[in-house]
Amino acid sequence: MKSQPNSTKKPFHLPTGPRESRRHTRKMDSKGIYQRALRSAFEKLHPKIAVKNPVMFLVWVGTIVTAMMTVNPHLFGPVAGENLRLLNGFIAAILLATVWFANFAEAVAEGRGKAQADSLRSTKSDTLARQLFPDGSIQEVKSTDLRRGDIIKIVVGDMIPADGEVIQGVASVDESAITGESAPVLKEPGSDVASSVTGGTRIISDELVIRVTADPGKGFIDRMIALVEGADRAKTPNEIALTVLLAVLSLVFLIVVATLPALANYANSPVSVAILIALLVALIPTTIGGLLSAIGIAGMDRVAQFNVVATSGRAVEACGDVNTLVLDKTGTITLGNRLAEEFISVNNHSAEEIARVSLAASLFDETPEGKSIVALARKYGANDVDFDSSTAEGVEFSARTRMSGTNLPDGSEFRKGAVEAIKGFVRSRGGKLTPDLDAAYERVSKLGGTPLAVCQNNEVYGVIYLKDIIKTGIRERFAQLRRMGVRTVMLTGDNWITAEAIADEAGVDDFIAEATPENKIEVIQKEQAAGKIVAMTGDGTNDAPALAQANVGLAMNSGTQAAKEAANMVDLDSDPTKLIDLVTIGKQLLITRGALTTFSIANDIAKYFAIIPTMFAAAGIGDLNIMGLISPNSAVLAALIYNALIIPALIPLALKGVEFKPLTANQLLQRNILIYGVGGAIAPFAAIKAIDILVGLLNLA
Amino acid sequence: MIAELWQIGLTLGILVAIVPVFGKYMADVFLGQKTFLDPVVEPLEGLIYQLGGIRIRKSMTAGEYIRAVLFSNLVMGVFVYFIIISQGNLPLNPTKLPAPSWDLALHTAISFVTNTDQQHYSGETTLSYASQMLGLGFLMFTSAATGIAVAIAFIRGLTGKPLGNFWVDFTQSITRILLPISIVGAIVLLILGVPETLAGPVQVTTLEGGGQFIARGPVAHFEIIKQLGENGGGFFGINSAHPYENPNAASNLIETLLMLCIPAALIYTYGVFAGNTKQAWLLFGMVFIIYIGLILLTAIAEYQGNPLVNSLLEGQQPNLEGKEVRFGWAQTALWAVSTTGTMCGAVNGMHDSLMPVGIFATLFNMFVQIIWGGQGTGTAYLFVNVILAIFVTGLLVGRTPEFLGRKIEKQEIVLASVVMLVHPIAILIPSAITLAFPAQLAGISNPGFHGLSQVIYEYASAAANNGSGLEGLGDNTLWWNLSSSFSLLVGRYVPIVALLLLAEGMLHKQTASASTGTLRTDTVLFTGVTAGVILILGALTFFPVLALGPIAEGFQIAKGG
Repeated sequence: MKSQPNSTKKPFHLPTGPRESRRHTRKMDSKGIYQRALRSAFEKLHPKIAVKNPVMFLVWVGTIVTAMMTVNPHLFGPVAGENLRLLNGFIAAILLATVWFANFAEAVAEGRGKAQADSLRSTKSDTLARQLFPDGSIQEVKSTDLRRGDIIKIVVGDMIPADGEVIQGVASVDESAITGESAPVLKEPGSDVASSVTGGTRIISDELVIRVTADPGKGFIDRMIALVEGADRAKTPNEIALTVLLAVLSLVFLIVVATLPALANYANSPVSVAILIALLVALIPTTIGGLLSAIGIAGMDRVAQFNVVATSGRAVEACGDVNTLVLDKTGTITLGNRLAEEFISVNNHSAEEIARVSLAASLFDETPEGKSIVALARKYGANDVDFDSSTAEGVEFSARTRMSGTNLPDGSEFRKGAVEAIKGFVRSRGGKLTPDLDAAYERVSKLGGTPLAVCQNNEVYGVIYLKDIIKTGIRERFAQLRRMGVRTVMLTGDNWITAEAIADEAGVDDFIAEATPENKIEVIQKEQAAGKIVAMTGDGTNDAPALAQANVGLAMNSGTQAAKEAANMVDLDSDPTKLIDLVTIGKQLLITRGALTTFSIANDIAKYFAIIPTMFAAAGIGDLNIMGLISPNSAVLAALIYNALIIPALIPLALKGVEFKPLTANQLLQRNILIYGVGGAIAPFAAIKAIDILVGLLNLA
Repeated sequence: MIAELWQIGLTLGILVAIVPVFGKYMADVFLGQKTFLDPVVEPLEGLIYQLGGIRIRKSMTAGEYIRAVLFSNLVMGVFVYFIIISQGNLPLNPTKLPAPSWDLALHTAISFVTNTDQQHYSGETTLSYASQMLGLGFLMFTSAATGIAVAIAFIRGLTGKPLGNFWVDFTQSITRILLPISIVGAIVLLILGVPETLAGPVQVTTLEGGGQFIARGPVAHFEIIKQLGENGGGFFGINSAHPYENPNAASNLIETLLMLCIPAALIYTYGVFAGNTKQAWLLFGMVFIIYIGLILLTAIAEYQGNPLVNSLLEGQQPNLEGKEVRFGWAQTALWAVSTTGTMCGAVNGMHDSLMPVGIFATLFNMFVQIIWGGQGTGTAYLFVNVILAIFVTGLLVGRTPEFLGRKIEKQEIVLASVVMLVHPIAILIPSAITLAFPAQLAGISNPGFHGLSQVIYEYASAAANNGSGLEGLGDNTLWWNLSSSFSLLVGRYVPIVALLLLAEGMLHKQTASASTGTLRTDTVLFTGVTAGVILILGALTFFPVLALGPIAEGFQIAKGG
């Protein structure tokens, strides 16, 4: 039952405390992850797995060829020089390390997902469920035998065996296994937001009858396990395109290196195959090639750490592209509960009278608003209703009537609701309206409050001022979003004046007043037609079409099954404000990928200047050795060692993501090009020189 | 030295002045706006469309456009091949020249139909007037028009417009751009002293009393489209160094500007199409700065001369080997950089005699193909590079990459990659084969690093559809004719197919509106990033080759031999 004209849904249960403290409570055993990754990095050397990454596979092939040349340096024809076995052996070892480091990066990223999956899996155990049959009999069955549509009964202390919809009973459920939130959640049937339960959570009071909504292995936790484990991780369109580009760059350099011997021989500056392979590996984009999948997995993981389950990497990427956020006012921009602040009487009624009528009209209203009206009415001295409440009948709020109230057996009708709706009600019953009603309505609206008109039969008593409380800090966040080029549109069931006042106070870019859930999909379609990527949150069944239509649909975990299925992300904390954070996470993922790509390609300049002059020293271009590297061999080894070590050096960056600052695109480009582009061009010069000195000190080459 | 640099500055100043006017004019032509030539050319075009049965309003899909390009070029190429091999039996052959070998005729036909005009022969002693005028002169118009049409279709797709109709674009390129300028320009050249006659060579008695034949012919009209269409195939073997092709400083100025004007102005044309002339000027500026850098490098190296020669002369002298004294080092350097940058390929001096820095600059031009670039295609390559730059760095702003509001995804990268792969395949692979068998295949006149440059240059010139040569190469052999034909065809048609498909893909994408969160491509910063990507991806690919060719030669000369 709802009493406010705002028909948008509120989350049933809002977690408390700062966000950091609400992160996944499941602690991961990081030592275990690294141990597992050490081993898994070797397993990934298997050609069948290695071939999936074309860049690193090329390095792997190079490793084998140089290893063969360690055994026989003259395998591909006579080569001049001393200590060839040692040099080729070093090259082979460094190349192997390069491949292994890349595998390790991927394995660590996967390991973090696996650790999460394991802790989720521990919540899932084969339990016995009490299945209710149509004839009323109860039979114990294994939870794995439950099918969609089965009816089960659960009692206090039980683990809920499958995802389901509450059809009977009221109980509190501990959902900490999936949300990390320890406060129990109330579950009851019929309501949009509180009627769905998740398998793996525990019922800690009373009992519930549930209709199972997911077949075994298809439940929410199963989907979540599959997602965090990355088992069915499909590459995103951008990742695929980048993989193509990296493969083509590798092919270009393969042609360059493969054609080089003929040219070098003609110029009387022959080069050994091992050195050619070293040049090839230095030039192909191994840094990004080795870290690309780790970045993707880590991006998904960061979303999961944030207690949001994304159904695909594509959805996370789309978050970065979002142009428009469609936000419900309630719960996102304002605190979920509006409180009755003041009674404004009209029609020469006293404040006490309106308090009495409001109390009567709110008798069956269990929403926080309804309760706050009752509380305020008592403060105004309205102690109790002068009728037998057991004979009265509640009139539920509906989006169509936009009012609720109480009917008495004697035919008295108490109503409260949207001012227009009450006006219509009064008119239909032959009542008269006074201009001071409109004045009160406007006064409340201009304050950004929600005016609720109150009447008994055909007599209007006044207006309740429901005050909206805007979340702290939300204005700054919208300003940040605006700088990032993201527009915010507020949807509210409030009238235009109220909506404008709140929109102004919260600093949203646009608002839709007097919106119905159906408006959501219109807004989204309109924005999409203008080429915008739209994100929205929702929890009700009637939000499902809009969640499906939006490019990023974030469903609240407290919402209905239909909403969760239509959305491509589910927030386990049921905090709609998270949509804003998801935009940041999406952008961070994309920037990390771009940063390492730019860095990887910019590195080539230094590697060229390290290898080419020493490689063709016989052609007299030694003066190009601007780094003053000691010898051809030390130059090649230094470049290769740099190339290998940069991968593990960047693993933390790949997993954590680059630091994101809410700046405009131009500022971001400037900043990141400076760090990763210019930095990527300069840094390896210093690093290769340093490694070369070390190689010289150790007399390796 | 200062005076010579002023000459270069003056030429470039005129170019900058021409670009917005000419670029706007070309945009008007292809956007169907009114132009001052309409009353003259419309009846002519109407007649052509009627005869050809062309439905001018029908826009083509990429597939149809590609088929039209390939079909028309195939028919024209075959036609000219038959003219050349039957020139002995055709009229307009005052010197009774016999048909050249089949492979030379094939290479020549392919070379001219691809707008390359690589010549493995000397015009005046190999081809009759009929072959030159009806065969090559014809292809000089049509191959240039093909390039412009493709560029316009590409720009249309990129800016969200239907690709247009190849036959219409092709016809209008000739009737509204190439032909009018050629008619006026040929008359100007005629006035400046370029001959235009069907009479055979003149026999003269020299002052010493000896006899000499002076070749002449219908040169003026051939010369003008050779420059304007970035064809570059000279009527005479020594091309624009010949006094009958390029008699004086005035003709040299006109011819230099003519080869630059279309590709430079097409960047502005894009700006008009996209409604963003700021971006056009930025990209123009980027190319212009690299272009000036290369000119200065080349010019100063020529001015400083050859240290080996200077040590004999005991003083610094400009390197005048292989140069026409009437042009000097500066105008030759300007021309060399311009002709290799624009894929014209005409020469007013011997590139073989350039200092290694000049060879580096000319090779670099052909490798990257965007320092103005080929007729039409250069502009398209410029945008392929912009797309690659956006893809690599666009992620840095936290959005998936997009250009003009259209997402750059797998298909665009695959097609841009095809363009990227053409050069390594069409230059490096045949070069490696040729250099692996230097005695049998190469025909190199200067062994060593310079010989390596000669071979690379020949294939780079073919693959980039440039047409100039480092020469000194015995290139009229079966191997050279066939292998460079391969590079010519791959370098021309593979990118054209990829470009048109790319344009169509972009056309059908939904456009997203720009905000402060989207990457702006019309900023100095992003243009600088593009330059960086072009230099790293384009030039570094060929760094080993450059190191073994001109760079090694440069060090060799600097060290005294």
